[in-house]
Amino acid sequence: MAFDKQRFIIAISLLTAFLFYSFYIYSSLPVKDYHISEQSNNGKMVWQKYNCIACHQLYGLGGYLGPDLTNVYGLRDSTYIRSFMQNGTNIMPAFPLSEKETTDLISFFKTVNETGSSDPRTFTIQPNGTIKQ
Amino acid sequence: MEPLNNSRLSVSKFFIIFGMLLLGVGMIFGLIGAIQYIIPGYLKTYLSFEKVRPLHVSSVIFWILFGATGGVLTYLQEHTGRPLYSSLLAKTQLFIFAITTLIVLVSYVAGSFGGREYWEFNPVLALPIVVGWILFIINVTRTAKSWKGQPVYWWMWLTGAVFFLFTFLESYLWVFPYFRENIINDMTVQWKSYGSMVGAWNMLLYGSSIYLMGKISGDQSYGHSKIAFLLYFTGLFNLMFNWGHHIYTLPTLHLIKNISYAVSMTELFIFGRIIFLWQKSLTTAMKHYHHMAYRFLVASEVWVFLSLLLAIAMSIPAINVYTHGTHITVAHTMGATIGINSFLILAFAFDILNNSCVNFDCFKSQFNKAFWLSNISLFIFWLSLIAAGILKSSWMMRADRTPFAAMVYSLQPYFEVFMISGLFLLSGILLILYLMLKNQLRCYFRQVLGRNISDSSI
Repeated sequence: MAFDKQRFIIAISLLTAFLFYSFYIYSSLPVKDYHISEQSNNGKMVWQKYNCIACHQLYGLGGYLGPDLTNVYGLRDSTYIRSFMQNGTNIMPAFPLSEKETTDLISFFKTVNETGSSDPRTFTIQPNGTIKQ
Repeated sequence: MEPLNNSRLSVSKFFIIFGMLLLGVGMIFGLIGAIQYIIPGYLKTYLSFEKVRPLHVSSVIFWILFGATGGVLTYLQEHTGRPLYSSLLAKTQLFIFAITTLIVLVSYVAGSFGGREYWEFNPVLALPIVVGWILFIINVTRTAKSWKGQPVYWWMWLTGAVFFLFTFLESYLWVFPYFRENIINDMTVQWKSYGSMVGAWNMLLYGSSIYLMGKISGDQSYGHSKIAFLLYFTGLFNLMFNWGHHIYTLPTLHLIKNISYAVSMTELFIFGRIIFLWQKSLTTAMKHYHHMAYRFLVASEVWVFLSLLLAIAMSIPAINVYTHGTHITVAHTMGATIGINSFLILAFAFDILNNSCVNFDCFKSQFNKAFWLSNISLFIFWLSLIAAGILKSSWMMRADRTPFAAMVYSLQPYFEVFMISGLFLLSGILLILYLMLKNQLRCYFRQVLGRNISDSSI
């Protein structure tokens, strides 16, 4: 009986800590002061509509067939990006994006690029094993 | 504890059977995806990779959910010695899940996406999954009746069921602009939910595997031991707080990363225990080697060891920088979902579907071949991904990077090994699925239709 009570207390304590941690994260999201244009917001939905994450990555998360696109806007000009989206490659299909969708998606890439770098060469490894960006 | 593996096709068996069909479908799409890696543009017009990947991933995830549900619903009844609180709720859940899964797969083929990694279907389709899962929680909680004196596997089933619902709902917070608008905020919450969700379904599967281990050995005392609960709470602690290792490279809160780093290191305790008990496990494995279900449980234990080794290494940020975004992460995922999750469910399937109607012992030789074919090819498959990941990592860190396409081209030999070993893995698993499903079909005709069908007629 004492054992039952003991594990019940541990479970409740862990659950309370988890809920507190979850709601702390929801209420203190990492980026608070930001401005996202409507165009960029729409671009994100275009990104999801065509399931770009299946092949591409943002911050190293996503598919592995295509390159990471976190900083594509900073590395290539918009004409280059537009050309890829409209014509595809031998692997990537030419998606039927409208002119508005293309512009919105490029705007989304611009916003993502401004959030930081996904290039691991720019990270510094600290003596305690953590990394500094 | 009355075994339920009689010849009657109960609703919990249907969860396993439907899941097995999804595993077969998912693996075939996986092979198509692997071919697309080595033959660029293969099926590009009709079934390009942005369709094939979700078809593969969703089929396999639903296989895990169906298998986990089937295992829990069966073993819960055996454990309590009572029928389910409501068979109707279980049937309704099965119906909702089956229809939703089919709609999800068809929507992918039609090119309709929600576009979120892993749950890539339209968010509206998440609603029936939530409803079905609530019915499952009701059955899990109400069938047991009392919390007192319950073994660790019951706690794991309850935890897995509740946390899956929580994390699944959490993964849809993106529908609110507050969470979605900023990509860093969005990805932080997204990977918080995904990281814990995997822990949730692992709780369901590990719980059933502990029950099954006890059932085969005839000793359920481990489920009530202090060490079992200590490991359970370590797992729960990790489920809740170690998800941050997925986003070490995301410019998010440092607190998340530091907590995750510290919590992940507690997995060393689980890792150390596996090594400590290796000899004992080996002796027990030899004793029950003839038992196919047990053999898959042991295989999954080996994969727990390999996956945990990789996971602990990847949880150290300084190492994660090199593995993140490479095929080493894929190797970890494949080792965990095939070697651990799928092998565990196959062990449940061997136990649950094996019955008095047609015994699996008749196919022992074929099962044996399929078992070794699956395990050896999975190991080669896993190694080829790690090798490809190491090369990609070295490319990522190079000051003078070659173009991405040139790097991918240089990985071709590893992708070829990956594809060929994947083909053998598929063959091994399909053989297992075929033999088991054939057996069930034969039983169905014998028991339900009352026909006496000879072995050669199916």
